[in-house]
Amino acid sequence: MGTDKSKVLQVRDLHVQIKAKNGITTLVQDINFELKPGEILGLIGESGCGKTVTSMSILQLLNRKETTIEGSIMLKGQELNGLAEKEMRKIRGKDIAFIMQNPMNAFTPVFTIGHQFVETIRSHTSLNKKQATELAIESMKQVNLPDPDKLLKYYPFQLSGGMLQRVMIAIAASLHPAVIIADEPTTALDVNNQKNVLRHLDKIRSEYGSAILLISHDLGVVSEMADEVAVMQHGKIVEKAGVFQLFDSPKHEYTKKLLNARPTLYLEEPMTNLI
Amino acid sequence: MITSIRTIFKNEKVIPICSTILGILFIIAILAPWITPNDPIAVNLAYKLQPPSWNFPLGTDHLGRCNLSRILYGARISLGFAILIFISSLAIGLIIGTFSGYKGGWVDHVLMRFCDAVMAFPSLILVLGLVGIFGPGLSQVILALMLVQWVYYARMFRGMALSLKEQNFIPAAKISGSSQWKIIKNHIIPNVLPPLVVMGTLEMGWAIMDISAMSFLGLGVQSPTPEWGAMIHEGKSYIRTNPELMLYPGLSIMLVIVTFNLLGEALSERYGVKRRF
Amino acid sequence: MGNYILKRIMSIIPVFLLATLLTTGMVHLSSVDPAEAYLTAAHIQPTDEILAQKRHEFGLDQPFFIQYANSIMKICQLDFGISYVSNKPVWDEVIYRIPATIQLAIASILIAVFVSVPLGFLAGVKKGSAIDHFSRLLSFFGASIPSFWLGYILVFFFSVKLNLFPVEGIGTWQHLVLPSITLALPLIAMYTRLLRASVLENLQQPYVLFARTRGLKEKTIMTKHVLRIAISPMITGLGMNLGKLLTGTIIVESVFSWPGFGRYFIEAIFNRDIPVIQCYVLIAASLFILSNLIVDIVQIYIDPRISRKEGQHR
Repeated sequence: MGTDKSKVLQVRDLHVQIKAKNGITTLVQDINFELKPGEILGLIGESGCGKTVTSMSILQLLNRKETTIEGSIMLKGQELNGLAEKEMRKIRGKDIAFIMQNPMNAFTPVFTIGHQFVETIRSHTSLNKKQATELAIESMKQVNLPDPDKLLKYYPFQLSGGMLQRVMIAIAASLHPAVIIADEPTTALDVNNQKNVLRHLDKIRSEYGSAILLISHDLGVVSEMADEVAVMQHGKIVEKAGVFQLFDSPKHEYTKKLLNARPTLYLEEPMTNLI
Repeated sequence: MITSIRTIFKNEKVIPICSTILGILFIIAILAPWITPNDPIAVNLAYKLQPPSWNFPLGTDHLGRCNLSRILYGARISLGFAILIFISSLAIGLIIGTFSGYKGGWVDHVLMRFCDAVMAFPSLILVLGLVGIFGPGLSQVILALMLVQWVYYARMFRGMALSLKEQNFIPAAKISGSSQWKIIKNHIIPNVLPPLVVMGTLEMGWAIMDISAMSFLGLGVQSPTPEWGAMIHEGKSYIRTNPELMLYPGLSIMLVIVTFNLLGEALSERYGVKRRF
Repeated sequence: MGNYILKRIMSIIPVFLLATLLTTGMVHLSSVDPAEAYLTAAHIQPTDEILAQKRHEFGLDQPFFIQYANSIMKICQLDFGISYVSNKPVWDEVIYRIPATIQLAIASILIAVFVSVPLGFLAGVKKGSAIDHFSRLLSFFGASIPSFWLGYILVFFFSVKLNLFPVEGIGTWQHLVLPSITLALPLIAMYTRLLRASVLENLQQPYVLFARTRGLKEKTIMTKHVLRIAISPMITGLGMNLGKLLTGTIIVESVFSWPGFGRYFIEAIFNRDIPVIQCYVLIAASLFILSNLIVDIVQIYIDPRISRKEGQHR
C-alpha cells in the first residue's frame, strides 16, 4: 500500500524502548493511529501510560542515545522516524506544533514573550523582525488576546496562566501547521480559561485545517472536542473508536473502568434503562 | 580510564577508602616519635642535600635533616592542630549557637549579624589580621583560626536549635513517655550528625590549608619545628637543584586535603547536605 | 529599582561599622604601643615625657568611643595614620603598591572567566563526555591544591625546566603569566563547577523542551537561552569570591615576590606595623561590601524578575 495522502499523520507499529541499567524496558508498543486534516484525535489514559512518549516520538525529541524507536511515523508522506536532526528541526514548530501542559514554565523567563514569538517565526521563515511582529500580533488577535502589541513586551512571569496558554496557541497556530499536538492543554487552567482554550483550538482546526492530537486525562475535554478517541494503557492502545461509539458503548474493560469512574455517567444509566 | 575516574566520585567505596586513608594518617601522626627513622630536627651539615638512602629514605634537606622524618612529624602538627581547632571551634559554636537560637529576640539577631559579618571575610584575612595583633607564632595562629571558625558552627547549631524549637516530635516524644536521653539519641543526634560531619570534614581540610599557608608565609610555625608549609618555604631556595624539598611536603598537604575534600563531598552527597563554598 | 539599590546600601552600614570597630579595637588589643612604635621608627628616644606627649597627641588617653569616632572621621578623609616602619602616611604607601595587585587581580579574573565559562558550559551541555570529566577533575584539584605549592610547581616546570617565564618579579607580561595562572586556578575550579551545575539544572527545565518543539536551533537554545540563565549563579559567585581572590593575592605575591599590596600586608604583620594592618583589613572589608552590591545590581539587569515583580495581568 502506498502512502495515503488524505491522512496527514500516520503512525504505524510504533515501538519505543529505553536502555536502563538493568536491561531494556518497553515504553510503548504496537501504536497505530492516523490523523486526517481538520480532525481531532483524543488520546486518553492515566499518567505514565505512554501518551507523552508517543508525542515525543512523533517530534523525535527522545534521547537518541538511550531510546530506540521502531516503526513508521509519516507526516504528509514523509518518514519522520530516523530523519536527520537538521531536517526534523525545520518540521518542529512549523509543520508540527506543540502546546505544553504548564504554560507558566514553558517560556524562557528572561526574554519577553514577543521576543520568543518572533524568534520562533523567524527561525522558520525569512520574514524580518517587523513582519514577524505583525504576524505575531495577528495571531494573538485570533485568540482574543487584548492589546497584543503591548502584551508582546511583557515577560512571561507578568502574565497569567490562561493568557500564556493562549500565547502558546497563537504561536502554535501562527505558522499554519499541519498537525498540532496539545499535551494536556487545559489541565493547569481554571474552567473559564479551559473553555476559551478549547474554543480556540476548534477555530484553528476549522480555519486552517490543522489536525490535532489532543492528549488529556480529562474525559470531558476529550468527549467535547475529539472526533476519534484512542485509549492507552501500559504503553499500548487498548481501544480506538469514534467518540460517540467509545463513550456510549465502550468495548475494552479498561475503557469501561475509565468511563465508570465518572459520576455523571451513573446518572444516565437508569434513564436509558427506562426507555 | 576516564570512566573509572568518574566512578570514583559516585562510588560507594569512596567513604570507606577515604576514612581508611585518614585513619592511617592519624595513626602515623600519633606514632610518629616511634616510627621515624631519624630525629626530624637534628641538624648535620655533613649530610646536607643527600639523595634517598637507607639511612634517609627520602633524602635530606639543606641542613642535613631527614626529609621523611620531617614529613611524618609534619603530619602530627597539621592533623593534630586541625583536630584541636575543630573540637574547640565546634564547642564554642555549639554553645553560642544553641544559646542564640534558643533565646531568640535581639540577642539572636545581634549574634547572627556578627556571624554574618565574620563570614563575609575569607578566613585567611581575618586570621592574618588577628595574627597581626597577637604577633607571629604557632599558638597565635591556632587561636586565630579557632576564633574565626566557630562562627560557622554557631550558625549551623543555631539553625538546628531554631528548627528543633518548632518541631513537634519533642513534645510528642515526651508525651509518649520517652526519656530525655532517648529523645536526644533517637531524634536530635541523627539530625545533627550528618551536617556536622560534612562541615567538620571540609573545615578540617581548610584548617590544614590555612595552617600551612600561614607557616609558609613565616607567620605560623617557627623553625626548626617541621611543618609542611614551612618546609615548602625553606625548600623554595633550592628549587633548581633539589626540587624534592618542596615536592614532598606539598604532596603531603595535597594528599590530606584531597582526602578530606573527597570524603566531605561523598558524605554530603550521601546525606544530602548542602555545602557552603 | 532605585528603591532596591537604596535598601541594599543601607544594609551595608552595620557591616562597615563592625569592621571599623574591630580595626580600631585592634590597636587596644595589640601589645604594641603606637606611641612607642612611632617614636622608635622616628629614631627618637622614648622617654616617659615624650611618650606621654605622643600618647596625648594620638588621643590614646581618651575614652574608647571618642577614639573610635576620631578614627572614623580620619578614615573618611583617607587618613590611616603613619606607618610605624617607614614613618610615611599609610595611605601613600598603599597607593604606591596597589596598582601591582590590581594588575594581577584583573589578569587572573580575565583568565578565570575565559576558561571557566566555556569549560563549565560545555561540561554541562555534554555531560559525561571527556570534557565533562576533565572539568570535574580540574574543579576538584583546583580547590584542593595549596596556592603556594601550585605556584612553585608552575615555576619548576615553566621557569626552571622550560625556561619560558621568569621566576619572580614584575616588569614584562611574561612576569604576569605564572602568578595570574596560580591565582586564577582556584577561581576556575569554583566557577566551572557552579556553571556546570547551573547548566545541568537548566537543561531539565520545561522551557528548553518548549524551545526545541518550536524548532529553534539547538545551538541557539544553548547559547542564547540556557547560557543566559545559567550564568546568573556564576556571576553571584564571582562577586562573593572576591575574598578568595584577595587571599590569593597575599600568597601569590609572596611566592612570586610580586610587589603588591598583599605582600606589603605580610611585611606589616612581621613588623607589627599596626596602622598598615588596619588599613588593609578595612580596605578588604570595603571591597567585599562593594562587590556584593555590584553583583546584586548586575543580577537585576540580567534577570528581570528580581526588580519587576509587579502584579500579574489577567
